[in-house]
Amino acid sequence: MNISPIDLREKAHWVWKETLAVHRRAPETRLASSLSSIEIFVALYYGGVLRFDPAQPLAEHRDRCVISKGHGSICMYPILADLGYFPLDELQRVCQTGSFLGGIPDPVIPGYETVNGSLGHGVGVATGMALGLKCKGSDRSVFVVSGDGELHEGANWEAIMFASQHKLDNLHLIIDDNRISMLGYTDDIVSHGSLSARLSAFGWDCLEVDGHDVTAVQAALLKMKENCTGKPKALIARTLKGHGVPGLENAPLSHIMNPKPELIDSLLEQNT
Amino acid sequence: MSIKPLAMRDVLLDRIWKAMAEDQKIFFASADFGSPVLDKIRADFPDRFVNVGIAEQNLINISAGLALEGYTVFAYAIAPFITMRCYEQIRVSLALLSEVRPMNVNLIGVGAGYSYVVSGPTHQCYEDITLMRALPNFRVLSPSDHVSAGALFDRCVSTKGPKYLRFDAQVLPVVYENGAPDLDVGFHIHSTGKDVCLIATGYMLHTALNVAESLTAAGHSVGIIDLFDISNFAADQLQAVLSSYAGIVTLEEGFRGRGGVDAMLFEFIARRGLSARMLNIGVEGGYRFELGSREELHEQVGIGPQSVLHSVTTFVQSLSD
Repeated sequence: MNISPIDLREKAHWVWKETLAVHRRAPETRLASSLSSIEIFVALYYGGVLRFDPAQPLAEHRDRCVISKGHGSICMYPILADLGYFPLDELQRVCQTGSFLGGIPDPVIPGYETVNGSLGHGVGVATGMALGLKCKGSDRSVFVVSGDGELHEGANWEAIMFASQHKLDNLHLIIDDNRISMLGYTDDIVSHGSLSARLSAFGWDCLEVDGHDVTAVQAALLKMKENCTGKPKALIARTLKGHGVPGLENAPLSHIMNPKPELIDSLLEQNT
Repeated sequence: MSIKPLAMRDVLLDRIWKAMAEDQKIFFASADFGSPVLDKIRADFPDRFVNVGIAEQNLINISAGLALEGYTVFAYAIAPFITMRCYEQIRVSLALLSEVRPMNVNLIGVGAGYSYVVSGPTHQCYEDITLMRALPNFRVLSPSDHVSAGALFDRCVSTKGPKYLRFDAQVLPVVYENGAPDLDVGFHIHSTGKDVCLIATGYMLHTALNVAESLTAAGHSVGIIDLFDISNFAADQLQAVLSSYAGIVTLEEGFRGRGGVDAMLFEFIARRGLSARMLNIGVEGGYRFELGSREELHEQVGIGPQSVLHSVTTFVQSLSD
C-alpha cells in the first residue's frame, strides 16, 4: 500500500477520532491504552509493513500480527472496519448484544489472531508462530504488539530468551511503551529501566522511536522488517497513554479513567 | 506369549519418532525433559524438535504458535509442571483459542499420581484430572499400560484439539496383552460381575485387578472397568454396563472429593438416573512428606491394596444390608 506521509498522519487522526467515538458509545472499552497505540497500528496496516488480506484474514500468505495488549487495541476496530475486515456499521454496536466487538477483543473478530486481554500471552504464541514459519520455510513475518506493563508477566521473558536462542529474525516485538500500568507509572511499580538495554542484553536488535510520529514508526518498522541478521527485533515506541485527551494524557490512573462524554463530544467537534 | 512391559512414554515416543519420518507436520517440544527414545527424535529430526528449557509457560505458548501454523504438536514435560505451572497458558492459548482456531496440541505429562515415588509432592500429581477435565475442548487420556498408551498416538494425530495424556513414570505390568482397547469407547471392561463394579483409571487399574482377586476369592462378584478416556467415553454404553450393578467403586490416584473421576462419575450416575450406590477411592487428606514405596504411600492415603480391599469389602457388605 503506497501512502503519503500526509495521508498516513490523516489516517492516524481519523483512527484517533473513531476510537474516541467508539469509547463515547461504549464506555466499557479502555480508552487511554488504545490511544497510545494508534500510530503503531496505523503504521503496521497502512504503512506498507504488513501483508494482509481482509477477504481472507487467516490466509497463509499473510504476515501475522498478534495483538497482545488486548484492552489497549480498541483502535483496531476502526482500522479493521476501514480495511474491510468487517462492515463499518459494526462500530456502532461495540459492546452491544450480538456484536463480536467486545470491551476486550476476542479472536472471533476477523483480523485478530489469538486470545488477548489476558496479558502476557502474545509474545510467546507469536514466538511459536515465528518458529513454525521458519520451520516450514515461509518468508512471512510475525509482529506482536505488547504494552510495557504486560512485560511484567514472566512468560514474556521465557519467550524473549527463546527467540534469540533460535535466531528468530522473522519476529518483531513492538512495545507500546506508555510507561503506565493500571495503578500508576510502571517506573514506580516495577521499573523496566531501559527496555532497549534489557532486550539487547537478551540478544535482540532494538530500535526506539517516538510512537506518535507515525511516519517515524513506519520507517522504523520497514527498516526492522528488512533487516534480518539472525536476531529477533524489538521496536520500543515511546508513547503517551491517553494521547491527545486533556486530563487523560499521561495521567497515572488513565487506564481506568473515562473522560466525560461532553469532553469527548467537544474533542470530536474540534477535530472534524 | 506375554509382552515385556515398557514405559508408557517410550512406547508413545517411539511411535512419534517413526511417524516423524513420514509426517513433516509433527513437531516435538520438550521442557528439558527427556527419555532414551527422545534422543532419537532429537538426533533425527533436529528441525522439528525443540527444548524450550525449564519453561513450561513458554512450552505451551510455543506449542500453540506452532499449532496455529499447522503443526501437530507433542509437548512433553513432568505431569504437575505441564498442567499446573502453565495452567492459564493452557486455558487461554489452547482450550479457549481452539474454540475458534483448529489446533492440535498433545500435552504428554509424565508422572501421574505417586509415580515419582521418592520425589515428594512437588513432582507427584494428584490434581491434574480435576484441573484438566475442567477445561472445555480438552480431552483427558489416562492409560494404564504401555499398550494403551502407545495406541493413543493415532488418536492424537487424527483428532484435532488439545489433549492431555496422563502417563505413569514407572513401567507398569501389561494389561492389554491381546491388543489396545477400543479408543472410540473410551473405557474397557476387563471383567463383568454382579455385586460391584470397580472403575479405575491409570495405575489404579492394577490395584483394582489385584483387589478383585481377593474379593472374588471371598465370594463377591466383581466387575472391572478401565476408564482411560476421562472426557469423551461412550456414555450410553457405560450407562448400560453400570445399570446392572448395585454398587460402583471409583479408584483414582488423585485427591478424593476434589473434582476428579469420583465427581465425574457421581454426576454421570445422577444425570443418567442410575440407582447404584457409590464408593470413591482416592487420596485422602492433603500433601504428605513421608517416604516409602509406592504401595506404602498408597496405604497411608487409603488407596493401597489393603486399604482398598477393606473399603470395598465393607461397601459390598453394606449393599446387602
